[in-house]
Amino acid sequence: MKGTYLGEFEEVVLLAVAIRAGDAYGAAVVNEIEQQMGRSVNLGAVHSALNRLQEKGLVSSEMGGMTAERGGRRKRLYKVTAYGQRALEEIRQLRNQMWDAIPKTAWS
Amino acid sequence: MKHTELSRIITHLLRWFLAPHRAEELEGDLDELFQQRVREVGLRKARWRYIRDVVSLMRPSLIKRQTNRYARPKHTAMLRNYLKIAFRNLAKNQVYSFINIFGLASGMAVAMLIGLWLYDELSFNRQFKKHDRLAMLWQFVKFDVEKTAYDVMPIPLAQELRSNYPDFELVALSKSRDVIVAAGERKLLKTGNYVEPEFMDMLSLNVVSGTQFGKNDVNTILLSKSLAQALFDGQNPLNKLIKLDNKQTVKVAGVYADFPANSTFDDVMFLVPWKFYAANDENAKLDRDQWDSNSYQIFVQIKPDADFGAVSAKIKDIRMKRDNPPGYKPEFYLHPMSQWHLYSDFKDGVNTGGLITFVWLFGSIGVIVLLLACINFMNLSTARSEKRAKEVGIRKAIGSLRSQLISQFFSESLLMAFLAFAVSILFVQFTLPFFNQVAEKQMVILWQNPIFWLAGLGFSLLTGLIAGSYPALYLSSFQPVKVLKGIMRTSRSATIPRRVLVGFQFTVSVTLIIGTIIVFRQIEHAKDRPVGYSRSGLIEIGMNAPELYRHYTALRNDLLNTGAVADMSESSNPITFQAGGTTDISWRGKKPGSKPLVMTNYVTHDYGKTVGWQIKEGRDFSRAYSTDTASIILNEAAVRLMGFKNPIGEFVRRGSPNRQFKVVGVIRDMIKEDPFRPVSPSFFVVEYGNVNTINIRLAPQLSTPEALAKVEQVFKRYSPDSPFDYKFADEQYDRKFGAEQRIGRLAGGFTILAILISCLGLFGLASFMAEQRTKEIGIRKVLGASVFNVWQLLSKEFVILVVLAFCLATPLAYYLLSNWLQSYQYRTELSWWVFALSGVSVLTVTLLTVSFQSIKAALMNPVKSLRSE
Repeated sequence: MKGTYLGEFEEVVLLAVAIRAGDAYGAAVVNEIEQQMGRSVNLGAVHSALNRLQEKGLVSSEMGGMTAERGGRRKRLYKVTAYGQRALEEIRQLRNQMWDAIPKTAWS
Repeated sequence: MKHTELSRIITHLLRWFLAPHRAEELEGDLDELFQQRVREVGLRKARWRYIRDVVSLMRPSLIKRQTNRYARPKHTAMLRNYLKIAFRNLAKNQVYSFINIFGLASGMAVAMLIGLWLYDELSFNRQFKKHDRLAMLWQFVKFDVEKTAYDVMPIPLAQELRSNYPDFELVALSKSRDVIVAAGERKLLKTGNYVEPEFMDMLSLNVVSGTQFGKNDVNTILLSKSLAQALFDGQNPLNKLIKLDNKQTVKVAGVYADFPANSTFDDVMFLVPWKFYAANDENAKLDRDQWDSNSYQIFVQIKPDADFGAVSAKIKDIRMKRDNPPGYKPEFYLHPMSQWHLYSDFKDGVNTGGLITFVWLFGSIGVIVLLLACINFMNLSTARSEKRAKEVGIRKAIGSLRSQLISQFFSESLLMAFLAFAVSILFVQFTLPFFNQVAEKQMVILWQNPIFWLAGLGFSLLTGLIAGSYPALYLSSFQPVKVLKGIMRTSRSATIPRRVLVGFQFTVSVTLIIGTIIVFRQIEHAKDRPVGYSRSGLIEIGMNAPELYRHYTALRNDLLNTGAVADMSESSNPITFQAGGTTDISWRGKKPGSKPLVMTNYVTHDYGKTVGWQIKEGRDFSRAYSTDTASIILNEAAVRLMGFKNPIGEFVRRGSPNRQFKVVGVIRDMIKEDPFRPVSPSFFVVEYGNVNTINIRLAPQLSTPEALAKVEQVFKRYSPDSPFDYKFADEQYDRKFGAEQRIGRLAGGFTILAILISCLGLFGLASFMAEQRTKEIGIRKVLGASVFNVWQLLSKEFVILVVLAFCLATPLAYYLLSNWLQSYQYRTELSWWVFALSGVSVLTVTLLTVSFQSIKAALMNPVKSLRSE
């Protein structure tokens, strides 16, 4: 298990996996990110990120069943682990905490 | 929606580099995204994105292969296992492994040494760039019945060849001499050649500093690098002055790299222009235009398209076509450089080979020894492998394929063969200095020669494959059920080839032993021959310096007064050498027309007493008779030739002007030339002017070094500038046996090795047989067999083999050796006892080898041997 530091892109991918709960595989994550963020991402970047997340234990994966789609090729389905979920929550909490700390006068 | 060609290629690429466990999902993702994008953004953009995605997938984290927790066997894994088993087998049967590897290695080492020797002999003179176009002139002359070959020529012949025969590119006269070379205080006696400048071009002389001498140079000299070093100790020798024979002074024009050790010119330490020799040497001055004075060598280089045979035919009769053809009818002949070393013998005008005989002889000995070693190796490997029938059964039962068993046995025998090769290289490395000494060569292992490695490794491979073929192909065919039940009986037919091989080994061993004994007997036979003079304490001193001449009486008295010298005399050649003869001699009753060669010897009055010749009839030369300047002494061979009944008082006419000499004495034949030949007819006359050697008999009362020191003092007084250089007559005489002794020593060494190898094999085979019959012996002993019975049982087979081999070897050896002895005129007999002795000795060695095992087996306690399972 590598360090728990989560990069920006890794965070995005992890969120996308969570959004597509149950059907999160490479192409789906790419689509999700492109739709949500309106920017194009490389498949390689996504897979590499997924790979890292898995090594950190933030996601787990298993091969899906055979379907008629994709020329009969199977998908690898990712799922956010409990540890992944906690990591996301911690980030969110940290952000909130920081938002709350901004003084009202800052935006004047 | 179709992918284009490009994307198909890319997909292919993808499969090749992606980790296999990811390929499926990634391809799926790519495909899905592509289809989706085709719908959303169009084909072109979709393709573009596809390529970008593929490229983005090429990252280490995705390429990395999945590690597997289970072993994944490959081909090498099985090979590793075979090697491991092979090493374990080696370690388990140490004696057997030692015998096998050691035997094969020594065979290989012998073959390698002989191979190196052959390489050295065959590459003789090959370093000269133009060796295929160079030749030396020989002439065949007919004194009596047979033509004799000489390599000395008359001087004018060179000019004749140069001007009238366009086939020659270069022609060079040469004269080789031992000369005292002096630079300042340093004086050395060295061999060098007086040559015409063409000589240097022919040999592509490698001048390392300075220049060659040119056509008009006279008083110059070229030194070999080693001589320059010896004379000047690293100082620059160029333009320094050197004195030759304490007479003339020459200037060093250049230094050349020494001629290679395996070349004809390896002892040529300096080169001096022919013009110098022609101007200073009395004989050369006289011989300048003499067509019948043969003392000089002529080297030629023919044109690239010319042929030696054709050119030889053209020049053959040059002399006979001129005026006054001599009675000995010279025929000139070109002897090509490639044949100088190996084909230097002529008989009646035909080349009869020479050293090439030994090249063949040792080549075949090498092959035979190697063959013996291989036979051993195979015999032991196959005999041993039968023990492993059970292993084969179990391996098969567990599921080994036949092909796997085959490769297992092959890898074992190959491993042994390669180990043997490695060991043999070690052997060669260690024995090479010794071998070099015996063979008088400077050989090195050809580390850099690919052919050497190719031959060595190829041979190991071949031996390994042949030796491994029996177990690999035969044992692997066993049915596991039968083998494990123990019904498997090794058939009788399997032992027959082994017996044949052992029989062959013995045949070779017996032949080699007989051969060695005969070679040594032949040498002894010639050594025991009466020499006709006494060699002990006799020394020869060449008269190189002019100061030594014309002081005969004074020098003699001074030497005798030292008390270190018993007697002293001078002669026209050393006692162990015959310089030349004459056909210009006649006597009463000489057949008209016959021109026999009679050897000439000029001596002083004291010669006979000094060398200790044995007077058979008449008397020695004596100062008491003033007529002795016209007296002659003959040897027995000359008396036989001339057919005198009462030689004393007969007259012999010889010399120019023709003079009459009275025979005053007959001496017993003295061996001055080849001890394997009959002594030539010779005569001795008194002549003080025509001598070049001082003979001294040291006084027996003093020790040799003491006596020599005193003699040296006298010589230093007469010739302070020349080194005191003497030779012992007995050493010179022993050198006449050099070639034979060398062959004898080498043959003896190889014989011992061959027998050793055979014995090793025999020992291994006997131990194996005894082991195989342990139970049988146990039962026999229980039933009452004695130790002698058991010993007999185990030794009988080998004794029969030896007897058979002996019967084969005897006629073979007889045939080969009587052929060899034919080449000697003075030869030993092939006595029966030599054969008997060889047979008995081989039988003894065999019985000793086998008995060690059979007695051990016979003494074993039957309880132990029967209980062991």
